[in-house]
Amino acid sequence: MSLLRKRLLTQSPMLIAILGTLIIFALVPLFIPRWGLFLLTVAWTKAILVLGIVFLLWGGLVSFGHGLYFAVGAYAVGFGIKVLGIREGLFLVGLGIIAGGGMACLLGLLLARYRGIFFALLNMAFSMVVYALLLKFYRITGGTDGISISPPTLAGFMPSPTSLRLVYYYFTLGIGILSLYGAHRFSSSPLGYSLRAIRNNEVRVEYMGASVRRAIYIAYVLSGILAAIGGVLTAFAVGHIVPEYSYWTQSAEFVFVAILGGTGSPLAPLAGSIVFEFVRNYAFKLSPYTWQLSLGIVLLLIILFLPGGLWSLTKPFAHRGTKWLLQLNR
Amino acid sequence: MTTLTVILIDGIIFASWLFLVSVGLTFIYGVLRILNVAHGSLYALGAYMGASMVLLYLKTGATPYLTYFVLLVAAIFMGIVAGSFIETIFLRRVYKREEEVQLLLTFSLFLILEDVIKLIWGVSPYFADKPYALLGQMRLGGVIYASYAFLLPGIALASGAIIWFIVNRTRFGKIIISVITDREICTSMGVNVPRVCTFAFIIGAILAALGGAFTAPMTALVPGIGVEVIVLAFAVVAIGGMGSVGGAVLGSLMVGLARAAAIHLFPELDLFTIYLVMSLVLLFRPQGLFGEVEVRRI
Repeated sequence: MSLLRKRLLTQSPMLIAILGTLIIFALVPLFIPRWGLFLLTVAWTKAILVLGIVFLLWGGLVSFGHGLYFAVGAYAVGFGIKVLGIREGLFLVGLGIIAGGGMACLLGLLLARYRGIFFALLNMAFSMVVYALLLKFYRITGGTDGISISPPTLAGFMPSPTSLRLVYYYFTLGIGILSLYGAHRFSSSPLGYSLRAIRNNEVRVEYMGASVRRAIYIAYVLSGILAAIGGVLTAFAVGHIVPEYSYWTQSAEFVFVAILGGTGSPLAPLAGSIVFEFVRNYAFKLSPYTWQLSLGIVLLLIILFLPGGLWSLTKPFAHRGTKWLLQLNR
Repeated sequence: MTTLTVILIDGIIFASWLFLVSVGLTFIYGVLRILNVAHGSLYALGAYMGASMVLLYLKTGATPYLTYFVLLVAAIFMGIVAGSFIETIFLRRVYKREEEVQLLLTFSLFLILEDVIKLIWGVSPYFADKPYALLGQMRLGGVIYASYAFLLPGIALASGAIIWFIVNRTRFGKIIISVITDREICTSMGVNVPRVCTFAFIIGAILAALGGAFTAPMTALVPGIGVEVIVLAFAVVAIGGMGSVGGAVLGSLMVGLARAAAIHLFPELDLFTIYLVMSLVLLFRPQGLFGEVEVRRI
């Protein structure tokens, strides 16, 4: 009994936070305009994807190539509708997961052997290969024009054109909350802890009897699946997919969001991607030619002065909240 | 002329270009242990600087045959300015940090420089093809080549030789090798290690700018030319082994010939072959052909 209680106590702050997130974001559409809702949907899809990047960062790995899985997810939707004739959104999500997960299982066998720059840039190389393939085989992929996605049904129900955005927002939110919960469970699992230990010292983890390669392989496959889900949901939300999804600057953007948010909590990527989407939107509006410059400067400042990302700013509050909860439970 | 000879000539020209853009990257990695993602931006800076200096020079009405010299000066100037700025202000702060932090820092520099280039030179294309047109064309076994293309192997050879000479035959080269081997001992022996690092980075930056400056006459300069370069240069360097100049020679020859062969035989697969070669090499030799196995810390 006491064990259960202890477990609940250590897990509850995060569970409450995730539940709070769900409630807040379920109510948000009442208060913000339509375009804001679209940005928020995109931010959520990106947050799901960045969770996977954060898993890798726990293990000290940076991937400059997760655009590959993003593109695989998005093009799974494209081909699923165009070639296989699937009209059901839930099946398309499943198809994206299978495609992304399968690809990650395969590439992971090779990539789990590499660390540091080799890992970062081999991922980039693979994503560039996929980019080149998407571009060159334009008869199937539409080349630079991409593929436009007609809205799929969700659980057999076809949303009306006026409620489309709202429905996709809630759909994304639902999958997002599930991913957040999964990420939370993963982060407090033995595997999640051993990943963080690998970042500190890989050889010692091996000496303790844990398999480093297995941990990294699993993290890699999970990140591939999350990225593919992000791609699927983006295809739904945006309604158009292009080969640039696999371009390496797109992958680097994901890493950027992960660093911006921080790796301290499963909620950090969400904070990072919401800030990123809205800031980019305004930066693009204010200075269309220099938004990369602003991104670069922000990234530079965070690396040099705020290594924990935006999330580390919430630390004092989170600490106080946890303390309060513990007192309440005593 | 057979397809094979054409592939060989094209391959060697492309390989020399690859060597020019990747040797600086591998040199910087060898000394500083940092993979400089902003290398592509240094290349682009060199290209733009070279092009605008050539245009400026031609306006004075002087003899166009000196434009090659102007390109050289532009590259060296750009390398010194950008290299010393980047190394002393940014890189120096992260030598002791984790590898992924260093990667992200140079990546953010890349983002910044891409837009700085747009701010300085604008977004409309730049043409400075005088040095290219000046040499005319030449017929080699029935195939017409621009003579300028044959300048590239010469420049690549010259810069490779200069690097080799600096590292192996000068006092500065000896100091560089000892800094690579053991920074602490070097410091205690009175070597100004930070300054050596700055010089090493400047040499790498000059090489990148040189690659850019001598590519400028061959193409129209548009924003974003640096992106492709860093990807290709990394492929070359990874094949040859990070930090090995000899590896860069071999890597660029392999990639150059493979790509030339792909362009002539299976045109759809040109980018694909580069990464195929790279994946195959790394599959069997993860550290690259001439790379050293890194010892993992305990």
